[in-house]
Amino acid sequence: MRKSDQPQNEMLKGTLDMMILRTLVGGDAHGHTIAKVIEHTSEDLLEVEQGSLYPALHRLEDRKWVSSYWGASENNRKAKFYRLTAEGRKQLVRETSRWRQMTRAIGLVMGEEGGAQ
Amino acid sequence: MSWIKFLHRNRSDAELQDEIESYLAQETADNEARGMSLGEARRQARLKFGNVQKVRESLWEQNSPKPLSRIARDLKYAARTLSRTPGFSIIAVTVMALCIGAATSLFTVVRSVLLKPLPFRDPDRLVMLYEHHRGASEDSKYTPVATADFYDWRSYTHGFEDMAIMAYVGFNLTGERGELPESVQAAAGSWNLFPLLGVQPVWGRVFTEAEDQPGSTVVMLTWSVFQRRFAGDRKIVGRQIHLNGKPFTVIGVLPSWFTYPGASIQLWVPYRVNVTPDVLEHHDWHGSQVVARLRPDVTLASALAQVSAVQYQLHLQYPHEPVAEDVVPRSLNEDLAGNVKQPLNLMLCAVSCMLLIGCLNVSNLLVARGAARQKEVAIRSALGAQRTTLIREQLTESLLICAAGGLCGIFLSVFASRSLAHAWKNLPTAQGIHLDGAVIAFACALMFTAALVAGLLPALSTTGKTMSTALQTSVRTGASSVSRTVLRKLLVTAEIGITVVLLVAAGLLLKSFLRLRSADVGCIIQNTLTLNYGLPANKYDTPEKVNAFNETLLERVRAIPGVRAVALGNTVPGAGFWGDCVFTVKEHPPLEPGEDMPDAVIRWADPGYFTALGIPLVSGRFFTSDDRVAQSYKVIVSRQLVRQFFPSENPIGKHLHVPAHFHPGMPNHVDYEIVGVVGDTLYQVGKDPMAAMYFPILEGDLNAEMLAVRAASDPLQLSVPVQKQIASFDPELPVSNVLTLDQVIGKSLLDASLTASLVLAFAILSLLLASVGLYGVVSYLTAQRTTELGIRMALGAQRGQLLGLMLVDGLRPALFGLGLGLLLSILATRIFQSMLFGTKPLDPVVLSGVIGTLLAVSVLACLAPAWRASRLDPMRALRTE
Repeated sequence: MRKSDQPQNEMLKGTLDMMILRTLVGGDAHGHTIAKVIEHTSEDLLEVEQGSLYPALHRLEDRKWVSSYWGASENNRKAKFYRLTAEGRKQLVRETSRWRQMTRAIGLVMGEEGGAQ
Repeated sequence: MSWIKFLHRNRSDAELQDEIESYLAQETADNEARGMSLGEARRQARLKFGNVQKVRESLWEQNSPKPLSRIARDLKYAARTLSRTPGFSIIAVTVMALCIGAATSLFTVVRSVLLKPLPFRDPDRLVMLYEHHRGASEDSKYTPVATADFYDWRSYTHGFEDMAIMAYVGFNLTGERGELPESVQAAAGSWNLFPLLGVQPVWGRVFTEAEDQPGSTVVMLTWSVFQRRFAGDRKIVGRQIHLNGKPFTVIGVLPSWFTYPGASIQLWVPYRVNVTPDVLEHHDWHGSQVVARLRPDVTLASALAQVSAVQYQLHLQYPHEPVAEDVVPRSLNEDLAGNVKQPLNLMLCAVSCMLLIGCLNVSNLLVARGAARQKEVAIRSALGAQRTTLIREQLTESLLICAAGGLCGIFLSVFASRSLAHAWKNLPTAQGIHLDGAVIAFACALMFTAALVAGLLPALSTTGKTMSTALQTSVRTGASSVSRTVLRKLLVTAEIGITVVLLVAAGLLLKSFLRLRSADVGCIIQNTLTLNYGLPANKYDTPEKVNAFNETLLERVRAIPGVRAVALGNTVPGAGFWGDCVFTVKEHPPLEPGEDMPDAVIRWADPGYFTALGIPLVSGRFFTSDDRVAQSYKVIVSRQLVRQFFPSENPIGKHLHVPAHFHPGMPNHVDYEIVGVVGDTLYQVGKDPMAAMYFPILEGDLNAEMLAVRAASDPLQLSVPVQKQIASFDPELPVSNVLTLDQVIGKSLLDASLTASLVLAFAILSLLLASVGLYGVVSYLTAQRTTELGIRMALGAQRGQLLGLMLVDGLRPALFGLGLGLLLSILATRIFQSMLFGTKPLDPVVLSGVIGTLLAVSVLACLAPAWRASRLDPMRALRTE
């Protein structure tokens, strides 16, 4: 029997999926770039664990939110690129609005005026 | 999770590895750009990525359905563990294969004979109807139906959609020119029988109502005679065959699956072919079977109540005839199974016991193996394996053993059930005995149950400890193994207990069979040849012609060299019931109303019958050649009849009044004068002797004869000369059942002999399993106590003492098991007491034989390991860890 996943992990998994989808809006990317972009944009506050990145990418691919192909990276190495699908774009919109609601709600609870926009 | 992903796990894993590789290359390049050395850049990249294996595993897991992968892992693990100890695995699988195979083959037979409805339309609504005399014993509960009763039932009741009647008849079948004579068993069925059962002929048609009349000359062929004698040529439909010398037109051929009510039936004729008008006037000629189809909107109880009411009216109407009061139903399966049901159920019980012993044995072996794996289990649970996981793994192991055994068992059972059906001639074959879905489902259920029974105890016992105690225990202290040893001893005790029950059952059945085989039937059995012939009524149409044939034949057979004596009758002792008849004694006061009428089996005999068969004359005289056609009616009675009905008077010269018609063509209401009293004979071995009446065969109205020839030596050598004599008189006359009297009796004891030998086989196998189990336990004990034995030896114990010590330790479970088994046997034998002949359930010979055998086998099983223990080298024993 495996221990059930911790609730924080569950939430993080959801947000990681959303962030990956958001990153791919800017264009196709491979795993390394995706991780780096997330880290950079978050001003290195978030560190993407590779242990969850790849399973997440494959999970997204299973759900047909991203598609993948093998191509050459910036420095001409073989790399697997991920592309946002139309379905993935819709999912991103849903996720984003859910996220906004959530942060606003948490913000309200935490006593920040008008939520944490 | 998608199945495609699951099936492509390997490819997707390879792709992931590539992907990770590309990530690492990218990161290394970035790091180098930051000014690191190549080695450092690589190291940092790897550090950043983390555990590659973990990522791969998590994706692998993501791609596999969870329970499935767990099962696969458990299976793989179990298979590896089992293949590490091939000896153990082979023994365990063989044990399970034998046990499951035996159980499955018996279930196959039980299912086809007792459980599976016959292959007719809506078989649930079909039922057999029998008459029931209120005073009848359980043994003779179902009285065949009188033809006249049937027609009344059918006319005056409405609870059944329809009722049909059938009876067995025999014919001499010949070609159109009298060629190829053969004696065939046939059935006569009313015209509505086939529509009622829902049977369509393959070729031609079934009987019409108009054809179901006396003198009708139509016949239907069963598939077997159609193939065998007519080469499957469908042009036979519309042609003629000769039955008893009379031409019959073949109107149809029945399908191959239709072997109802038995495979021996070759032909079907309309029911009324054999029904003379006077039969319809007599409500006491019980000779037919009735099958009825219930209306869908009527319950069986209310339909039966109607028929019973009609029957009770008939009973009141004929107070001086044996007309039954009630009608009772019986399922078609049970009707066909008849005497086979009880032995079958007994064998099923025996085989279940053997299966249980097999499970206990495997369980025992698993417990023993658990000891060897104790440390492994402890370490794994220390590393975080949960108890349920460990139990599940061990259960998977026993499941694997049972599944492998079960598969082999199913395979075995295909052959076993076929040969059982082949050897057991009394099994009804209205439907083939073969494997079907239900049987396979049964075998699978058996497998899982066996796996659970065999695996659960050992799994619980090995995993039950806290890990610190498990890790601490070593063979030297032997402390932890106490509970395991107790468990193993208990398992062996149970095994031996059940084995004892089986041995007692087998012993009793065997003794009962031997008793049956050596029972005195009341006549000479050795060197006696018997055969049947039937003189067709149209050719031998007067008693004079019949007598001329019989008497000349007797004379000629007597003249054959090697013939000691010849008897001619309708049957011989031990060859079956063949009918009974009620009578009154003319000289006695009339019966009180409601009093049961005297009843006796009826036999026909020629003047030499009793001398030839060695049946002694008690008083009076035998028949003479003057007791024949149209003479004053004479009868010889058996001593049993005298005991029952003439307890204190001389029966000679008294008259038996036979009130009703009991044999076609014989005059009714005739007084027969008793001229002699002869010794008792058994109509069937194992049944109580019945009162018997013998009529002179020279009255000449019988046309189904049985000839018994007593030879000086091997009787079978006489069969050809005797058959030649018959053929020289009448080349069209077939003979049948050419057998020695010993064979005839052996055939009637087939059920008993098969039951005894199969249960014995199961018992011996169980004994073997139990002794192997015992051997295993004692060997295990010896291994456990090696150090202790070494110390004892070092302190001066003699080898003999050690041998005794180990022997006593091993024999204790055997003795407990024996006691338990004997107690259980007392209960178990009650169940099949009625199947025993001349043997008490607690027969001292059988019981002492069982106790002796079991003790001897137990001592043998314990002796080898105990002997080894006593031969230990003390120094080596002390050093063993």
